[in-house]
Amino acid sequence: MTSSGATVAGPPPVSLTRHLIARNGWTISVYVLLGLLFFFTFAVNPRFSAYDLRSLALGALPAALAAVAEAAVVFAAGIDLSVGALISVSNVLAASLMVNADFSHSLGLAAFVLAALTVAGLINGLIIIVSRVPDIVVTLAMSFVWSGVALMILSQPGGGAPPEFLALATGTFMTPWVPNALILLVVMVAIVWLPIRSRPIGLSIFATGSDPQAAMRSGVNVVRARLSAYALCGFFSGAAGLALTMNTGAGDPLSGGFFTLTAIATIVLGGVSLTGGRGGMLGPLAAAYILALISSDLIFLGVSPSYGQVIQGTIMVLVVMAGGLAALRRSAK
Amino acid sequence: MTVSGATMSEPILEIRGLAKNYGPVVALRSADVMVRAGEQHGIMGANGAGKSTLVKILTGVVRPDAGTISVRGQVRAIRSPTEARRAGLATVYQESSLIPDLTLEQNFRLTRTPLPAVRRWLDELGLHGVDARIAARDLPLATLRVLDLARALAADPQILILDEMTAALPADLTETVFRMLGQWRESGRSLVFISHRLADISAICDGVTVLRDGATAGVVEPVRGREDQIVALMLGTVSRPVGAAVSSTEGPHEGSQAAVLEARGLRAGAALRDVSLEVRRGEVLGVAALEGQGQQELFDCLAGVRHPDGGEILVEGRVRSFRDPQDAIRQGVVLIPADRAQALLRLRSVQENVALPMVNRPSRWGLINVAREGRQVLQAIRRLEIDTRAQSEVRRMSGGNQQKVTIARWLASGFKTLLCFDPTRGIDIGTKRQIYGLVRELAASGAAVLIFTSELSEIQLVCDRVIVVFDGSVVGEMSAGVADEATLLRTAHGLAAERGSAFTGAVS
Amino acid sequence: MSESLGGGATWRGLATLVAPNGRRRFLQDRPLVALAALLLLLTAVVDILSPGAVTPEWVSATLMFAAPLGIIAAGQTLVILTGGIDLSVGVVATTAGYVMATLSPNGAAEAILVGLGLGVLIGLMNGFGVAVFQVQPLIMTLGMGLVVTGVLNVYAQQTVAAGAVPVVPDVIRQLGAGRLVGIVPNSLVLWTLLGVVIIVGLKRSGYGRLLYATGNNRIACRLAGVRVWQVLLVTYAVAGLLSALGGILLSGTTNVADRGLAEPYLLPSVAAVVIGGTSVFGGAGGYSGTMLGALILTIVAGLLVVVHAPAAIGQIVYGGIILVVAAAYSRVVNEQT
Repeated sequence: MTSSGATVAGPPPVSLTRHLIARNGWTISVYVLLGLLFFFTFAVNPRFSAYDLRSLALGALPAALAAVAEAAVVFAAGIDLSVGALISVSNVLAASLMVNADFSHSLGLAAFVLAALTVAGLINGLIIIVSRVPDIVVTLAMSFVWSGVALMILSQPGGGAPPEFLALATGTFMTPWVPNALILLVVMVAIVWLPIRSRPIGLSIFATGSDPQAAMRSGVNVVRARLSAYALCGFFSGAAGLALTMNTGAGDPLSGGFFTLTAIATIVLGGVSLTGGRGGMLGPLAAAYILALISSDLIFLGVSPSYGQVIQGTIMVLVVMAGGLAALRRSAK
Repeated sequence: MTVSGATMSEPILEIRGLAKNYGPVVALRSADVMVRAGEQHGIMGANGAGKSTLVKILTGVVRPDAGTISVRGQVRAIRSPTEARRAGLATVYQESSLIPDLTLEQNFRLTRTPLPAVRRWLDELGLHGVDARIAARDLPLATLRVLDLARALAADPQILILDEMTAALPADLTETVFRMLGQWRESGRSLVFISHRLADISAICDGVTVLRDGATAGVVEPVRGREDQIVALMLGTVSRPVGAAVSSTEGPHEGSQAAVLEARGLRAGAALRDVSLEVRRGEVLGVAALEGQGQQELFDCLAGVRHPDGGEILVEGRVRSFRDPQDAIRQGVVLIPADRAQALLRLRSVQENVALPMVNRPSRWGLINVAREGRQVLQAIRRLEIDTRAQSEVRRMSGGNQQKVTIARWLASGFKTLLCFDPTRGIDIGTKRQIYGLVRELAASGAAVLIFTSELSEIQLVCDRVIVVFDGSVVGEMSAGVADEATLLRTAHGLAAERGSAFTGAVS
Repeated sequence: MSESLGGGATWRGLATLVAPNGRRRFLQDRPLVALAALLLLLTAVVDILSPGAVTPEWVSATLMFAAPLGIIAAGQTLVILTGGIDLSVGVVATTAGYVMATLSPNGAAEAILVGLGLGVLIGLMNGFGVAVFQVQPLIMTLGMGLVVTGVLNVYAQQTVAAGAVPVVPDVIRQLGAGRLVGIVPNSLVLWTLLGVVIIVGLKRSGYGRLLYATGNNRIACRLAGVRVWQVLLVTYAVAGLLSALGGILLSGTTNVADRGLAEPYLLPSVAAVVIGGTSVFGGAGGYSGTMLGALILTIVAGLLVVVHAPAAIGQIVYGGIILVVAAAYSRVVNEQT
């Protein structure tokens, strides 16, 4: 503090570059890691072809969309443990509806599925707000309910979809090296998330997660922000389920099971803070690819999938411990 | 403070008979406030008098059970912050309403506040060149408060409400804000100024509404030097200045014992540069300082909350290094923090709160001797006269009682050196007196006390000696007898004190 | 917030109808009574839907099957009290049961000790991450769960390749499925003993106080001289131990020891804690509620079997019950806020 008479000092001058790096450091590191991983992949498998890239993108697509779904809720300082179940619902709903449809119908049905899942997400959100039960508990309970709904739609794996619909994800665009799955992912996120993120409604989601009291004082409708977050989660879970359908060509009521936990793991790796208010979608997208790439590399190297699981889990644990350490050192200054 | 009659005419804001109950608890009984156009009107009241409830109703966060609010003669129902804004009210709350993780630019986009308007007000307030791409959490608190004010002003309100806004501001910035507000009101706009600080209220308010027990106790024109009028209304008794009452119970006395706690050349963070002090048995040593001069870091180091970057701490003559508060506590050094929220377990009982240090080591994790613990706790509660009626959870107690619980904790567990960091912040006058009296008693029975208080006028009531900290180092040391508010204020600003007082002066 | 939603007043009105003032306060202060009432109600429903089903054998079997869940949920209770969560309880339970079973031919006692030891070890690692590195419990235990699942699979492949067959030792089978004096299940005895220790410990020990204190306000603990990392480390280790114990017991009860043993026990363990009235945020609650919660969940699962409900309906009902009970809590018990 300066002596009397001086005007108040503004914040200490900091170069904008340093500031931007500090804010986006994690995301940048994740993409660097992804790049390194690709180098490693090509080094280890010189015959890594466009086909492999396509498989990678296809495999990563549902997981990436699940991560986006979870991230939307976590930004608002919430959590959704029913994402996996919602994905199952979307999967079986799509597969059972599209089984005898032609391509143009299937597109309309896909839109319907997305709408239905958005409503499902809204239902989650409404229950959380009206019952005032913590979101962990509500979404935990709803994961049972939505699993049941999936089982009601299709009690056994079945259903189908027209091949052109599947090709939306399994095909490639213009060159064999640009998988549709990647384009689909980027387009979905860009069209739906980006416009929301920069407008007050998206900012209100982050505001609610960062400091709900300050948000209220700023005049933000916290209830509307949270409902929007859960609706977005439903939407992207729906998208992930559609991606699964495109992947497998069928519906399985148990398909979504493990997506919830891996979605959480993915967004944490992608730099999203579980306490809310911080992070973006870019990080989780890269993290989803990293996890998928590690997985496929290990398969290629002949490592048993169990080892792969150990490695994935260990990486996650080490990464978050490093993150925790960094946060500790920052706050000790 | 007088303004020509022409600009202060019709009432612009009239609050009549406002009432609010929370279940059986009466937060507001019948509050009446009248603010004229162009007037700067203060609202004061002790804790629990209903100030914060009144503000919440005015800002649309809470709905009243009875009463009316009229703006420019029209009765308005304010059901949300948005409606408050539409009614022409803009508020700067006690805590910043900027979202920490969003950049300034995003914050203003969130509330649809045009950035140029905010910048204009920032310039008027002397804050230039703030980069809007910086996240709010990376800015100092004073800057955030100024931004809150700028944003409120940018909404072009008829009535500006400031709720304890100056608490976090350094003195020079407060002056700038007041000056600017004086100019602002010339356009016929009004200010509602809620504050604990008598000095600020006297400085800028034309009239003050004093609340007591949920109702308006009176409306006063504040006069510098006649603040006891206001205090009397707040307390509801014929006023005896806080000063006389306390000093008559137990006068300060010189302790000439050895130092129990000593700091030598302590350095920590950016704010604490070089502080040396000695706290002796049977003595209360006061620390006087303006905001952010390093006193927080000083106390944190002494209590083991943080590591000093340089210098030494000695307990009873031996150099000690505290890894964490447990180390300090083992040496008999205990801390009472300013923020009660930091010290209390809200959902637990008074008993568990007071007995917390008794289980703080693994060797104490076994079965508790409930009878013995109960006795120790009860003793402390009685001595402090803590009101525990019908309260099984600490969160339902008043602020003053809660603070007493944090003190009772150490009474029950024992200590040699007590560190009090602003123990009476936000506490009503009655409890303040009690706490000061207790501190003097503790010193008289052999404890060493180091106390920091932001209320310079109260230093003389409780301390034997005073050190003044400015810019991270000690710039003055004197006995309490000569440590009147004027002297302290000058020294605390880094200016040489008047002749006649013992000091080691420093020129800024 | 309830003012702006308007629902609060209606609910209060309804509650007054259902339980006029005096009784409502009684329920508020003693949620256990409400839980016990729910338990009896569910039992009645079982008897209505399947007349004659509620026999002493039924009660005994229900208690026997509830015990492993109750023990796994005990560890979860402690962790949740500190404001955390343990997503590895299912994995730890499975690992302990499976490893014990593969080692048991070489000596049951050592096998059991190894199983329990593994639980403690994994718990310590969880605790290390949470307490020392300050990683969020959700993600730390999640990651450890993934790691341990992988390690378990590797171990399983190797033991199968080596020709070892997991065998549940007799002593564990007795413990898990046997009965005293013909009707009282051994597992219930173990569970009750454990329950008494935990409940008394929570109320009357310094450690118990610190669990609540840590969940309430870590800064206050630190300022009062508590080394919070010690409390957390011990708590996660104990949770690991209890999960392992639950898993070993479960293998005895079901006489099964494979890799799917206790995975499905994760969500129900959290559900039991929630139904039991412990706040997910920590700092309030206790184990007696969890025990009742485990019983309620076991009865519900049994109910669905008795009614031959299709899996779909079963899931929905299960989730619905958790939701309804939790919602009832947040209204009735927390009304004073």
